Amino acid sequence: MYLYDEFDERLVRERVAQFASQVERRLSGALTEDEFRPLRLKNGLYLQLHSYMLRVAIPYGALNARQLRQLGFIADVHDRGYGHFTTRTNLQFHWARLKDVPTVLGLLADAGMHCIQTSGNCIRNVTADPFAGVAFDEIEDPRPVAELIRQWSSLHPEFEWLARKFKIAVSGAAQDRTVMKSHDLGVRIVRDAASGEIGYRILVGGGLGRSPMEAQILRDFLPRQDLLAYLEAALRVYNLAGRRDNKWKARIKFLVHDIGVEAFRAQVEDEFARIDKAKTNARPAEEARIAAFFAAPPYENLPGVSRKLERSIARDEELARFVEHNLTRHKRKGYAALTISLKPVGGIPGDISSDQMRVVADLAEQYSFDEARVTYAQNLVLPHVRLGDVPHIFARLKEQGLASANVGLITDIVSCPGLDYCGLATARSIPIAQALAQTFADPARQKDIGELSIKISGCINACGHHHVGAIGILGLEKKGAESYQFTLGGDPGDSYALGELLGPGLPAEKVPEAVERLVAVYLARRQPDETFIETTRRLGLAPFKTAFKEIADAVA
Amino acid sequence: MLLLDRHGPKEDVWERAEYLCQAETNFVLAPFGAIAESPLVDSELRLGALLEPDRALDEVASFFDRLDLIVIHFPSAADGRGFSVARQLRQAGFKGVLRAFGPLISDQFPQALACGFDEVEIIGASAARQPVEHWMEALKRISFLYQRDYGATDSIPEQRLARAAHV
Ligand code: HEM
Ligand code: SF4
Repeated sequence: MYLYDEFDERLVRERVAQFASQVERRLSGALTEDEFRPLRLKNGLYLQLHSYMLRVAIPYGALNARQLRQLGFIADVHDRGYGHFTTRTNLQFHWARLKDVPTVLGLLADAGMHCIQTSGNCIRNVTADPFAGVAFDEIEDPRPVAELIRQWSSLHPEFEWLARKFKIAVSGAAQDRTVMKSHDLGVRIVRDAASGEIGYRILVGGGLGRSPMEAQILRDFLPRQDLLAYLEAALRVYNLAGRRDNKWKARIKFLVHDIGVEAFRAQVEDEFARIDKAKTNARPAEEARIAAFFAAPPYENLPGVSRKLERSIARDEELARFVEHNLTRHKRKGYAALTISLKPVGGIPGDISSDQMRVVADLAEQYSFDEARVTYAQNLVLPHVRLGDVPHIFARLKEQGLASANVGLITDIVSCPGLDYCGLATARSIPIAQALAQTFADPARQKDIGELSIKISGCINACGHHHVGAIGILGLEKKGAESYQFTLGGDPGDSYALGELLGPGLPAEKVPEAVERLVAVYLARRQPDETFIETTRRLGLAPFKTAFKEIADAVA
Repeated sequence: MLLLDRHGPKEDVWERAEYLCQAETNFVLAPFGAIAESPLVDSELRLGALLEPDRALDEVASFFDRLDLIVIHFPSAADGRGFSVARQLRQAGFKGVLRAFGPLISDQFPQALACGFDEVEIIGASAARQPVEHWMEALKRISFLYQRDYGATDSIPEQRLARAAHV
């Protein structure tokens, strides 16, 4: 894992002091509220419904034990004993006190963390495949390039005042696990078929929100040494041409859509041609310095199966379920990537207590070469565990209520904070997620239904990714009451699709029943081995619409 | 009004005019459009052009050797287009003085310098609220940048390289 050198640390600490001075200048009246707000946001501090919220960057989702413990400490001393992981692999403290913020930023810096650019109209926290470095389908580990982009985009003098936020994702595997096509810009590591050389495919113009759009290919193959110059070119074109007259039309997706991707590409290529690449791109030595931090850990030579695990599974049905649903194949024989679900039935998706953070820290340290990851589905991953250690890890997780065996299943629900916290919300989302998890709590039923993603947002901004949920639920407000709109068929991965509207909105209490109806259609009509999303693709919307209509009509 | 470069406040020698023919001194700062269309562009006058951030680069580049100063307008502090305009002008070879003009905040001073500006001109309430010290202190807050080609020769990657060569 990357560790700060003195330059990284100095920059983060100077940034904390800079923010302290900005707060001071706000208090003295040197800065107006309008001037101060973007500075506050660029340091991750939001004003929410009930209090401030502090958003900590977890760059490309990577955490070590020390950082997890520090987050636990901050949660205990400066918040309410917990944090909330988001779909952008950030951690939010929902009860921040303004006067504590400089202290908290200092504590984060002590552990090599920061809140820089986790909000505001700038380049945001860069995200990557949570199975980076371990996935068996990986072409190359995306973390070195993600770290390079983190550094390059931090405090960028030219790009801190963009028209709107700018999100970058990086992936290095055959399969996309970053929702890349919902990002302003995607960097996909690819191998050129002809030369065998590794480089990048660049995607542009994705985004969710009120006008969801799928990213398109900007450059099919970019030689790796040119990455930073190319990013500079793309950002410059956007900075100059992105709309500034309407906040809701300011994301790069609108620019790409309005002028067309060909015209946008022509501008980027023109700008790229003018940039002095030798002075701009990262030098190979710096790339190598960063990459060295991500060298494979000292794995043992293990057999592909663990007798110990097999025996334990045979005795323990719960463990067997956990192994079935929460382990992901690892590059290395005898190892697995273990996903810790933050979706216990009845819990709040993505929430984690300080005690839980410490247990995950201990487990990461003891069993996963001091590494943990955050996923966009608001779960955690211990990326390299020996198969034989799984029973013990499972037992420790179970003590902390962290052993839900539901990864990828119907109760592994993604949800934004919604009206319980968020000032922009039009409806609650957490209680909807909780009610749905209760409805489908039975493990046998979950297993029977299989892979199914439900994603819930509390307003049109789509922080809960509802557009790309197999079942997407969007909370709106209609005539003073909460109303939930359903979409079907969304897919965040390589078969990227935006869900389609099923019908009119439903009141909160009808949401579980509606999902049950949709699931019933699937169970009745699926073919052997067909997942929910595959069945919706084959059958189309019609049978699901019919089932949905029965409920909607009953309400109306 | 506040005019500053990296060394501190300075006097403005430029006279503002809507059209070149109105000039009373030899240093005239006029909107770029007025300069581009004026026959006086071939005169002895020293010229400064006021540029809105939506001007196409190529239009401006053909006047580079006539312009001693280009002033780029920032309609608001949050509108960062001017930073990219400055980069493009420098990249295209403009060697004269570049000035950022508008209601900037002092934290943007180092960003402006890094993007190729030489000076900033702040007017109205923004200037009244932010005294000279704020602008000068802002230059000292962040010692080094990650970006290699933004003004400084001591960027973090350069220093890392130098250090690696040392051991
Ligand atoms: C105070 C709380 C929050 C506020 C005010 C907020 C604000 C917004 C806004 C205004 C948008 C729409 C942007 C646009 O369409 O241009 C948005 C999108 C988004 N936010 Fe949030 N958000 C909050 C919390 C969260 C949380 C908790 C998550 C993760 C669970 C999150 C992740 C995202 C994502 C993934 C998108 C949509 C993807 C995209 O188009 O980029 N945000 N947010
Ligand atoms: S989707 Fe809406 S309600 Fe949910 S966190 Fe985002 S802005 Fe808030």
